[in-house]
Amino acid sequence: MSSLTSQSFIKRLVQEEYKFFTGVPCSLLSGLIYELESQDEVRYIPAVREDAAVGLCTGAYLAGTMPVLLMQNSGLGYSLNAFTSLNLIYKIPMLVIMSWRGKDGKDAPEHIIMGDIDKQLLKTAGMEYSLLSEKNCEEVLKKAKQKIMEEKLPYTLIVEKGLFDERH
Amino acid sequence: MKGTEAFQELLPLINDEPVVHANGFICRESFALKDREANFYMIGSMGLASSIGLGVAMCKPDKKVIIIDGDGNVLMALGTLAMIAAEAPANLLHIVIDNEVYESTGSQRSLSSKVHLEEVAKSSGYKNALRVEKKEDIKAAYMKLKELPGPNFLLIKVEPCFDPSTGRVTHTPEEITERFMLAIR
Repeated sequence: MSSLTSQSFIKRLVQEEYKFFTGVPCSLLSGLIYELESQDEVRYIPAVREDAAVGLCTGAYLAGTMPVLLMQNSGLGYSLNAFTSLNLIYKIPMLVIMSWRGKDGKDAPEHIIMGDIDKQLLKTAGMEYSLLSEKNCEEVLKKAKQKIMEEKLPYTLIVEKGLFDERH
Repeated sequence: MKGTEAFQELLPLINDEPVVHANGFICRESFALKDREANFYMIGSMGLASSIGLGVAMCKPDKKVIIIDGDGNVLMALGTLAMIAAEAPANLLHIVIDNEVYESTGSQRSLSSKVHLEEVAKSSGYKNALRVEKKEDIKAAYMKLKELPGPNFLLIKVEPCFDPSTGRVTHTPEEITERFMLAIR
């Protein structure tokens, strides 16, 4: 991929056969959601909570469609029980695109703690992740696909502020 | 009507439809009465049977998809009723066995004695929502809601009767995933 944009990234996900998109918005992901909402070949289903989005992705996977969940790291708290008592034990994968609010303690107060512990939470739960960048995009998409297809586990791509455009 | 009687009436009406079960009493009662490969038994992740069922229904529009939910599960995920209503899959039938308690944890009361969940579903935007209190009425209500374009909601009021000696689902979670996916492919 030449340069990483919301448009090019969504296009790559579609090429990789991800066909079902849902989530709860974050400003850091607003460009991605805008792209999903504006393309004819994909649909984005607004979820009310992150755990409900995990349920929705689970149903899609069971029905043979590869799902993607977009959420802020604050949603990890809400969805952790769904991951541990559903996806990880039933071997039901999905691609998780999670924004990193609270990075380096520089953010609004409500994001600071989760921004500090989210990676540890993923690791403790046994969920692999990569910090997505323009440089490693192809490599991590390949790794994510491998984990999803072979180990049937959710794989998380972490998105930092500034990686994708924001639509306000 | 006891909860078990509701299942005895309901389960023979189901043919080859994918059925997503809520955790606890719902899973265990259904599994004990009649295990099927097209049954997804959600043993954890309370509250998510409805969103799982919605995902299946959206991705299998040519199959009628059934959710067998409980009042505690529905109350935990009331927002999912809005997701179902907004997405409006015509092939989804959401059945709730409402015993007004969290039965498998010792029958602590839920809120459904005061909140009519079928009215919540109806006002959220489900196409049809019925409430049944007698077991003789289950068949007619089920057949009607199965035929009408959905999403539809069937609330069955029951008395708690769960026998804790009823076994747990014996398939492993991975087995449940594999056979459900094969059965509904």
